[in-house]
Amino acid sequence: MLRNQPPTESVISPAPEIRTEEMLLNVGPQHPSTHGVFRLVVKIEGETIKEAVPVMGYLHRGTEKIAENLTYTQIIPYMDRLDYLAAMTNNYVLCHAVETMMGLAIPERADYLRIIAMELNRIASHLVWWGTYLLDIGAMSPFLYAFRDRESILDLLNELCGARMTFNYMRIGGVKWDAPPGWIEKVANFVQYMKKELPNYHKLVSGNEIFIHRLAGIGQYDADTALHYSLSGVMLRCTGIKWDLRRDESYSLYDRFEFEIPTAVEGDCLARYWLRLAEIEQSLRILEQAVQQFPADGEIMGKVPRVIRPPAGETYVRIESPRGEIGVYIASQGKDKPWRLKLRRPSFMNLQILPHLLVGANMANMVAILGSIDIVLGEVDA
Amino acid sequence: MEEHVQLTPLERYVTRIGEKFGESAIENAYINELAKHVPTLVIQKEQWKEVARFLKEDESLHFEYLSNLHGIDYEDRMEMYYHFYSYKHRQNLAVKIVLPRENPSVCSVAEIWGGADWSERETYDLLGIHFAGHPNLTRIMLPDDWVGYPLRKDYVEYDEEV
Repeated sequence: MLRNQPPTESVISPAPEIRTEEMLLNVGPQHPSTHGVFRLVVKIEGETIKEAVPVMGYLHRGTEKIAENLTYTQIIPYMDRLDYLAAMTNNYVLCHAVETMMGLAIPERADYLRIIAMELNRIASHLVWWGTYLLDIGAMSPFLYAFRDRESILDLLNELCGARMTFNYMRIGGVKWDAPPGWIEKVANFVQYMKKELPNYHKLVSGNEIFIHRLAGIGQYDADTALHYSLSGVMLRCTGIKWDLRRDESYSLYDRFEFEIPTAVEGDCLARYWLRLAEIEQSLRILEQAVQQFPADGEIMGKVPRVIRPPAGETYVRIESPRGEIGVYIASQGKDKPWRLKLRRPSFMNLQILPHLLVGANMANMVAILGSIDIVLGEVDA
Repeated sequence: MEEHVQLTPLERYVTRIGEKFGESAIENAYINELAKHVPTLVIQKEQWKEVARFLKEDESLHFEYLSNLHGIDYEDRMEMYYHFYSYKHRQNLAVKIVLPRENPSVCSVAEIWGGADWSERETYDLLGIHFAGHPNLTRIMLPDDWVGYPLRKDYVEYDEEV
């Protein structure tokens, strides 16, 4: 009856009388939008988040402890299983730490192979992020395009080292396998293809008004907050700090390439979205130059002792992974196994800001904010 | 040839901290050549909290970014290792603190660098180092009822069946 009558005043403005109460909502650990086994206990009042407590450790395998009983070369496959979306940079950071301690010289050809592998992997990682992030916020088809192009990269890496994701490609002093005949040309072709394809990504999503309104101003913080919480990578650059370890603390041969460090000042989810796509563009630039400069021949392994024993002492190195600053600390006692290995994982450090970003946010934005941090749980839990 | 007159970063840190907290605050200072020549300070445990705050807030030091922190078990002692970076001065710094092996405890820096929060919890969880003044010092990787600290060298797995 009531429905057919014009609404009376009490029906139109019942707002003050709606009783809300705090409730606890459990998110995960098995939920697609957490990108792995990550659990959040969220206290909400109505639709506003009052408190969010992250619970992690479901994927903790004790890599640091396992590594104490392994030789340095044996640790490399374990590094693949931390950030399994960008295993090449993980491979590299461990080798780089040991090489720094031992003062090893790396042959040029091996360095180029490493850079090509790392940059291809960076693009693949950002593509996964792009696809799954849009899936998180409700767009299905971008995921298919992203995974199609990512698969081309994984095919290339597969041809190089025989694995799609857990590469185990680098060795202390060089790389395990040389590029197969014709591989460099295939990389060059892919770069050209991807350069043409990337504008379509923007056409498909970036200009969409609903999408922009969905993300602008969400999950926002400033540069001081970013530094306070030890954020790195895109999470830092989205607040206007121009910082990329590839250039600012250059390692390998990165000082030979021309590339920009994209930054934004808004510090919100939309800024992080744009930056990751801009980084794909820069990685393609690096790849283009690396393929051109690639030496015609040369060794792929440097002169390395048969048993690797870094001198007694400690080292800490950090490099730029797709997710931010990944670091390895090694305490050596001059043996063939590390006394202590510590992994500074960017996903773990970047995730720390999540509870602070979520307080006061709308529940519907939770997934958008979490996704924009770009975590890999293998790395968070180590 | 100005370099001979100017202080190296390490000398600058030592002088600045020495002026403020006295010579005894720094137990050792050296360049760690194995870690890309990072200036390394060994700070006295009792004064760490004040020195830490000074490291961040002093204009000439300004280490606003904590890259990493963790503990190491050396069997006869424990050590804490911190790596800082100053975006303002573009400089790295490593800080070490030596702790006793029995009941190791050091003051928390989580209120100075928010990024220390989870790392300290992780260090507590896996190595059993206590961080005084930490807002929420609970296990983070392992279940709350876990027995022992796995990264300690004398760790023996606790097995309910035995």
